Amino acid sequence: MPRKIRVLIAKPGLDGHDRGAKVVARALRDAGMEVIYTGLRQSPEDIVEAAIQEDVDAIGLSCLSGAHMTLFPDVVKLLRKRRAGDIVVAGGGIIPEEDVPRLKRAGIKEVFGPGTPLRDIVAFFEKAGKGA
Amino acid sequence: MADSEERKKLERELRRWETTSLKDALEAHPERRKEFLTTSSRPVRRLYTPLDFSADFVERLGKPGEFPFTRGIHPTMYRGRLWTMRLFAGYGSAEDTNARFKYLISHGETGLSVAFDMPTLYGYDTDEPEAKGEFGTCGVAVSSLEDMETLFGGIDVGSVSTSMTINGPASVLWAMYLAMAESRRVAWPKLRGTIQNDILKEYQAQKEWIFPPEPSMRLVVDTFEFGSKHVPQWNTISISGYHIREAGATAAQELAFTLANGLEYVRWGIDRGLRVDDFAQRLSFFFNAHNDLFEELAKYRAARRIWARELRDTFGAKNPRSWLLRFHTQTAGVSLTAQQPEVNIVRTTIQALAAVLGGTQSLHTNAYDEAYQVPNEKAARIALRTQQILAHESGVANTVDPLGGSYYLEALTDELEEDAYRYFDRIQDLGGVIPAIRKGFFQQEIANSAYRYQREIEDKERIIVGVNDFVVDEQSEVEPLRVSDASLRAQLERLGRIRRARDRAKWQRALDRLRKGCEGDDNTMPLILDAVRACATLGEICDVMREAFGVWEEPLLY
Repeated sequence: MPRKIRVLIAKPGLDGHDRGAKVVARALRDAGMEVIYTGLRQSPEDIVEAAIQEDVDAIGLSCLSGAHMTLFPDVVKLLRKRRAGDIVVAGGGIIPEEDVPRLKRAGIKEVFGPGTPLRDIVAFFEKAGKGA
Repeated sequence: MADSEERKKLERELRRWETTSLKDALEAHPERRKEFLTTSSRPVRRLYTPLDFSADFVERLGKPGEFPFTRGIHPTMYRGRLWTMRLFAGYGSAEDTNARFKYLISHGETGLSVAFDMPTLYGYDTDEPEAKGEFGTCGVAVSSLEDMETLFGGIDVGSVSTSMTINGPASVLWAMYLAMAESRRVAWPKLRGTIQNDILKEYQAQKEWIFPPEPSMRLVVDTFEFGSKHVPQWNTISISGYHIREAGATAAQELAFTLANGLEYVRWGIDRGLRVDDFAQRLSFFFNAHNDLFEELAKYRAARRIWARELRDTFGAKNPRSWLLRFHTQTAGVSLTAQQPEVNIVRTTIQALAAVLGGTQSLHTNAYDEAYQVPNEKAARIALRTQQILAHESGVANTVDPLGGSYYLEALTDELEEDAYRYFDRIQDLGGVIPAIRKGFFQQEIANSAYRYQREIEDKERIIVGVNDFVVDEQSEVEPLRVSDASLRAQLERLGRIRRARDRAKWQRALDRLRKGCEGDDNTMPLILDAVRACATLGEICDVMREAFGVWEEPLLY
């Protein structure tokens, strides 16, 4: 049996809006993935540490407070510093469209805004988990 | 429903209709769906009739301004005075938000409502490491008394009413407001406003907690006690269903959890030795207005009825003012779509209509761009205009409880009330509100509802216009609102200057006394006020309390 895809769902920064993160975590679990949810108020350091400890294939970051431009790129930078740059990072939340290209340049593979169908998010992590 | 003769006659009539007109119609044209559901997935029947009410229907409704207040808390409602039009606003620095307040007042806003940024909500100063990247993004940063003075610069706090969405560190921000009024020689008994200060729903839904439940509840009761003596017109709490709903709860869960929390605060106040009639009048509420017009309306009416009954009959409040459930409403942020954002204006209008038909005391209407950002000026103005149209053009404010007596509405009001009592029993079985929080009961109930709702959208059992149907391929045109780097630099400079210029001995003494007070049983409000007057910052005061009380760690679940 192939190894299950492992995903870390994380809430960076102080933002307490966890509805979306929890719904996504559950959808990924229902799709057969191994999901680790960090809980709230994680620093980029906490998130990277958890990702390495848990040996995940991908990280899903959720932020609705507007701090994404600082926190998301920090996670990617730290992963690279820890030689774990192969872990795929995606993000979601209240993110203005004009921020999306800048986030992608900073190494965020995909950005999921409000209204994204769960199946698109599931498909993304399935692909990420298979190393595609 | 009246006497049994009349009831039998109605039943006969209904059966006749079902076997003739209805049967023919269904045979000719089947209905669009097998089952019709509200926004909260509650099944809705085809037709409601007087047979759907209990026999004591008229008594349960009562008259407006009289027990049990189903139809409203005032005999004249909006014929006497319109609701307060209060837009939640805040971004960047105190200067930035002060300018927005003045803009909204100049366009006819009648009350202020402060949105704080994330660091402020968690009791951190702008210059602390936890605040990195979060300054002013979804609210205004207030780290010091000077920030509070700037925020209300040129605004007469003796006449305006101010609502502050602040919970974990509510007593600190309130102390800053009181100290600001004091320095302007505005007497505290003149001040009107609200601090949200509802910590229980933070553990359940909004998640802006700092300390564990017991010390947090002590801080809340300290404000009840202090407010009833010194700031008698201030609402020391706004018991909030809004965030419970936004986190995914159904209308019934919002109603039940909010009122269960409310009753818990009353118990804690009484346990402190306060007389219920001395503080119950300063308890206010805050509900969501989601898309389903009738279900929302029924929720507000059921809430008033339950609260009045519990306060009078369970807690023995004698003053009728203690029985009144007064509430603020905000339209549902979670219902706003990033796709075709202008369409959000229509959603907000329907939601605001529910709040007004439901007898709200004040109202915030969301701006159409809020699926992207804190609203820009134009979007905020349209949101305010929506309320003005309801008040002055729609005609709904001309009579009290205009939909009262609607068969559907009255049946729904009864159903929601029954649902709430079922939840009260379950919470009781778990040992009460705080033990149920520790077990993750509310959190799991809310997460389950959120997931079901999302699945319904995925499976197209629920249509969201522009999201899973009626989709167009276009870039949205929302004018971005950015917090400027200059605002952040000015805020950091101000904080540095405050820390250098203050009387260090006085500051240290105030913090030491606060620490001792937290470790003992004294009311913390006078001690926090002294610390604020000695120029202690929000973060410094909260650090003292974090050391004394510890911090909350929530049960992890999804």
